Amino acid sequence: MLKLKFPGFTLLLLTVLVLVTSCSREQVPNTRGVYMLMDTSGTYTKELKQAQRVINFILSNLNPGDTFAVARVDTGSFSEKDIVAKVTFEDRPSMANQQKRLFRDKIGDFVKNVKGSAHTDITGGMLQAIEYLNEAGAGHNLILIFSDLKEDLQKGYIRDIPLQLNGVSVVALNVTKLRSDNVDPREYLDRLASWQERVESGGGNWKVVNDLERLEAILAF
Amino acid sequence: MSFNDVFMLFPSPVMSGFAWFFILTTVFYIARIHAHKAIYSFARVFHNAMRMSAQSVRRAEKRMLERNKEVLLTQGREATEHIIEREFERINDTVQKDLSEYPALHRLLSEEITSIDEDYQASTEVPPAPPGWVKAVEAVAKIPGAKGDPMVGHVLEDIHQSLIKANTKATEEYRKASHKRHQLLSTMMPHWRKVGQTLAQVDKNINSLLQRSVTIDRHMDEYEHIQAGSERAVQRLSSSSLTQFFISAFVLVIAVGGAIINFNLIARPMSEMVGGTSQLMGFQTSEIAALVIILVEIAMGLFLMESMRITRLFPVIGALNDKLRVRMIWITFGILLTLACVEAGLAYMRELLMQDAAATRALLREGGVEVIESSYLWITTAAQMGMGFILPFALTFVAIPLESFVHSLRTVVGIVAVALLRSLIWLLRLTGNIARFSGAMLVNIYDLFIFAPLWIERQVRLKQKQPDSKEKSESTDNVHYSSL
Repeated sequence: MLKLKFPGFTLLLLTVLVLVTSCSREQVPNTRGVYMLMDTSGTYTKELKQAQRVINFILSNLNPGDTFAVARVDTGSFSEKDIVAKVTFEDRPSMANQQKRLFRDKIGDFVKNVKGSAHTDITGGMLQAIEYLNEAGAGHNLILIFSDLKEDLQKGYIRDIPLQLNGVSVVALNVTKLRSDNVDPREYLDRLASWQERVESGGGNWKVVNDLERLEAILAF
Repeated sequence: MSFNDVFMLFPSPVMSGFAWFFILTTVFYIARIHAHKAIYSFARVFHNAMRMSAQSVRRAEKRMLERNKEVLLTQGREATEHIIEREFERINDTVQKDLSEYPALHRLLSEEITSIDEDYQASTEVPPAPPGWVKAVEAVAKIPGAKGDPMVGHVLEDIHQSLIKANTKATEEYRKASHKRHQLLSTMMPHWRKVGQTLAQVDKNINSLLQRSVTIDRHMDEYEHIQAGSERAVQRLSSSSLTQFFISAFVLVIAVGGAIINFNLIARPMSEMVGGTSQLMGFQTSEIAALVIILVEIAMGLFLMESMRITRLFPVIGALNDKLRVRMIWITFGILLTLACVEAGLAYMRELLMQDAAATRALLREGGVEVIESSYLWITTAAQMGMGFILPFALTFVAIPLESFVHSLRTVVGIVAVALLRSLIWLLRLTGNIARFSGAMLVNIYDLFIFAPLWIERQVRLKQKQPDSKEKSESTDNVHYSSL
């Protein structure tokens, strides 16, 4: 009598295949960490409604396990106190949805009551973002800078520090042109080039998104 | 030392070329016989190696054919035995049922016939007896001289009146008796009908038995062919196996579609239970959990079908005693029911999660408008829950095509293996023959390269030998070709 040997052998083969596949995969967490810097200096506070839109878009696209923090850029941004809201979404989708609603409300309150700062310390904010994202330990990290990228440091603040952005994507959003940029566009271009150089020399990826109708491009990393 | 240094025997490249051609031609002419032998030997070795490989593969193909035949006949024998067994069981059931009813049927028929007989007896026509004094009338009528006697006339008149009265009375009685007979005959009709129905039922049962016996005869005939291992049986089983393979594969594809829908129905809500971020072997734990639930359902379905003896994939389950088997049926059914309820719950949770996610998305969109809940939403929720409940039971029936697929797969794999082996044989023989004729071709190319010395040799021989020996020389040149 011929015996059926097929199922046992197939199961063994499948088990081996699954084990080999799982061992060969690189164990990188599949979570995302997003840190958004909002410029609150001078006239840029008028743009914060746009920032709120971006935040809502990001919130709706993040998944359980992802980390999101929003911080303001003011005179001295290298501080935890400048973080307006931060969250690591729960594993359970329903809980994550609740957290998103709370986050949205917190940002709404902040935008209503924000007061403009005298100086703009973007580098300090970047350093704080790097520190925060490193601690969060997400698989893919993204720093969003919602600013005109014009740094205006208070006297005595040292920010000539190289940025350690290993694999972090940096996206500059809504980089508005200043009045002086209109006079001499080279200033605007130099400003962008300077930030790009700083980011890329630190091992990060640089991108500029000025058209806020194409927000999908932000999270494509 | 470069190639140029070796090549340039003379300052002129043309001269060097000629010199090399001359040298090589001479060397090749001297080595001609050995070169021919080497080429032929190589071709023969390669050809023989290919031929031997082809023979070996042919033996393997033969073994595979025998194995296929054995598998087919074994499967066919088992299937036919199973069918014949079932037919006999059915006949046994029919006979037991009908024969157990036979005494009652016989009694019923006897009673009906007795009743009919009694009615018949009662309905027989009895002619009314003539009055006893009729003979006295004849005697009075024969009195001599009675014709003119008024006394006799009066007597006869009285007799006539009495006869009319008696006739009227007898006619009435006769009518009454006829009416009674007709009544008896009409009461016989239901009995006749009942007898007719009973006999029709008997006829139906007998015909059913006859039909089953014809089916058994056919299967027995097939069984005999299978036992004899006839070519007809093998061909029929092979064709049947291929049909089974394609049909079961088609049904399995449908089942896989059902399983995918089931998976999508429960994968999302599973993330609410096991978390949406944890991973196992590179896959999301919630997805693995959903897959495990579906696989457990399929496994339970297999056990259920096996316990019900619908499939025969696990002989151990089939061989269990009936009590244990029935327990197993209930246990597997219970687990399936539980899983179906869990799936229905998960489907409901999926709908809730989707609503929650939609509400959050709407809130995060510009304007922050709340989602207005549709009044028809319960339909999709109910449909999802229904699907979640039904699909596990639907997946249970995967066991039937799976069994057919596994059984027919053995035959199909055998057929494919035979086809591959035949292709390999063809390829080996082709390669061998190419090698063989390539040897002859290489010899000709070799001779073409040294055509000059060969031509000179032929001219010298022509001058030295007679015309008849010339032919012999040519034939010796071609001896190697014929040896191929």
